[in-house]
Amino acid sequence: MSVMKRVLTTVAAVATFAAGAAQAEDVRIALVVKALGIGFFEAAAKGAEEAASELGDVEIIYTGPTDTTAEGQIEVINALIAQNVDAIAVSANDADALVPALKKAMQRGITVISWDSGVAPEGRQLHLNPSSNPLIGNMIIKLAADHLPEGGDVAVLSATTTSTNQNIWIEEMTKVMGDYPDINVVSTVYGDDLADKSYREATGLMQTYPDLDAIIAPTSVGIVAAAQAVVDAGKVGQVNVTGLGLPSEMAGAIESGASQSFAIWNPIDLGYSAAMLAYEISKNGAEAAPGAEIPMGRMGSLKLDDNSEGAMADPFVYDASNIDAFKSIF
Amino acid sequence: MSLADRHIPDRLTGRGAQLLRSWETLLLLVAVGIFVLNSFASPYFLNAWNLSDATFNFTEKAMIAFAMALLIISGEIDLSVASIIALASTAMGLAMQWGAGTSELVLIGLLVGLLCGAFNAVFVTVLGLPSIVVTIGTMSLFRGISYIILGDGAFRGYPPSFAYFGQGYVFWVISFELVLFALLALLYGVVLHKTNFGRAIFAIGNNPTAAMFSGIRVQRIKFILFLLTGLMSGVAAVCLTSRLGSTRPSIATGMELEVVTMVVLGGVNILGGSGSIPGVVIAACVMGLVTFGLGLLNVPGIVMSIFIGLLLIGVIALPRLWRLWSQRRKT
Repeated sequence: MSVMKRVLTTVAAVATFAAGAAQAEDVRIALVVKALGIGFFEAAAKGAEEAASELGDVEIIYTGPTDTTAEGQIEVINALIAQNVDAIAVSANDADALVPALKKAMQRGITVISWDSGVAPEGRQLHLNPSSNPLIGNMIIKLAADHLPEGGDVAVLSATTTSTNQNIWIEEMTKVMGDYPDINVVSTVYGDDLADKSYREATGLMQTYPDLDAIIAPTSVGIVAAAQAVVDAGKVGQVNVTGLGLPSEMAGAIESGASQSFAIWNPIDLGYSAAMLAYEISKNGAEAAPGAEIPMGRMGSLKLDDNSEGAMADPFVYDASNIDAFKSIF
Repeated sequence: MSLADRHIPDRLTGRGAQLLRSWETLLLLVAVGIFVLNSFASPYFLNAWNLSDATFNFTEKAMIAFAMALLIISGEIDLSVASIIALASTAMGLAMQWGAGTSELVLIGLLVGLLCGAFNAVFVTVLGLPSIVVTIGTMSLFRGISYIILGDGAFRGYPPSFAYFGQGYVFWVISFELVLFALLALLYGVVLHKTNFGRAIFAIGNNPTAAMFSGIRVQRIKFILFLLTGLMSGVAAVCLTSRLGSTRPSIATGMELEVVTMVVLGGVNILGGSGSIPGVVIAACVMGLVTFGLGLLNVPGIVMSIFIGLLLIGVIALPRLWRLWSQRRKT
């Protein structure tokens, strides 16, 4: 039966092609992402590989489903449990749906941590946040202050009045304003995370406060709109737009000079830290309990709070010197 | 194939019958082949617990695939099954928040599935609209309702006893889902191949007009088949929700295509009129084994999709190639 032979040959071909995977005594750390083919996660995988080559005896298994579904991730996790990997570091599509599968993994002695997008506490040993609210609050005002050595007036362009994240960050920013005595926050406006409304609000700010020195937009929609408004008002060089944004969307603003710098987490550092933490727990027996401090290589160490969560670092600053390297990543 | 050959076969006629008699055999050989290759390729494959885990890759889809096979044999299709799961799961989540216990949750899941099936059935059998159009519409409709109710939120906190359906084991490594899968396979196999109802489905798929003139109540049977597909989606919703322990509106996204793939891979003619339940059962196992086996080797999901796609195209092209080849030999 030639047809069947052909089918079987195909199967065999795939099987042999895949059988090349190493099975040494390495610590096998699986980096499970929301879906394959997303620049942010590809960058995180690069970071994990960096950690692996630094540690030496680590094999990184970079995997994930094709769509961002919890079911797909569960299939992937089941396959990883079956292989008896040493650690699973997951960015979850669903904080709750993965818990049964991950619990099973932990029962079989596999180290489980979540990073980026967390899993409910009972389904992981620790969660790695890219940053923390106080760090973000401090960073957004610092970004503005760094380019205003003589002080000046700044305004905040936020998302909606009810946006939890933005409100917390602005509150955290207000707490540290004492460290920046020459910086004066003149107003906070809301663009509702809509490009056109954010644009109008930014334009309005520049009209109301002709001496405005910087606009801080802790939202990826607002920061792009504000930068455009500054360009259109011909105020490049007078008003510096900063805050939180995505390198791919902000590359133009950096190039035009409307934005000197902005911040967001660095996926490479995130993948690197996740791999380091997984290694520390799995190989060196670090205990992921509240209050613990776990080293993560060049990123320092992670301090765990009562929920066994920790913040990796300050948001990473992007400016003209590094934007080209990151704009194609995410 | 001349018109005289159309005598309500449940398998393709003439030389095709020979092929199809070996169709399940061929598929079974593929399954065994994959099994053996997997055992060689990965040291973790031959392990009772791992294989048990692997069955979860196909049990829920296969439950729907049985009803879908009947529907496709009758010449219709239901592309809204995954969205029915989303809606049924959302309804269960709502009920859970209002304090429903495990048995009520199951009942609600099944009932919502049934209602969605009835909704599709009315449009197809009463209003006479093409099922592919209707169910593409309800595919967005049902999931849309879930998105309206849940937004980017989730229902969580199902009662512990509810976890049994998706995470429980009847005996050793034999999960509840696997037992249910086997029972349903048996049930659908008997209904399709051993009852008048089953014969009628084949008759409708081959020639609905002739079936009607032979006294078969075509629309009523199609109505029942849509109900069954809805009900099975409800069953799958109960199992999947129980397995995940939470509901999000994105639950089971894209599952309808995997279900149809399973049915077609099982040898059911996508144009209706022929197919078998054993074929679907083996196809379910093949898909489960392939995805799990490739998963063990950490083959990226996208390569897996390519492989399943090739398998499907190959399987559909095979009968055609066979016929061409045998005709050429005859002349």
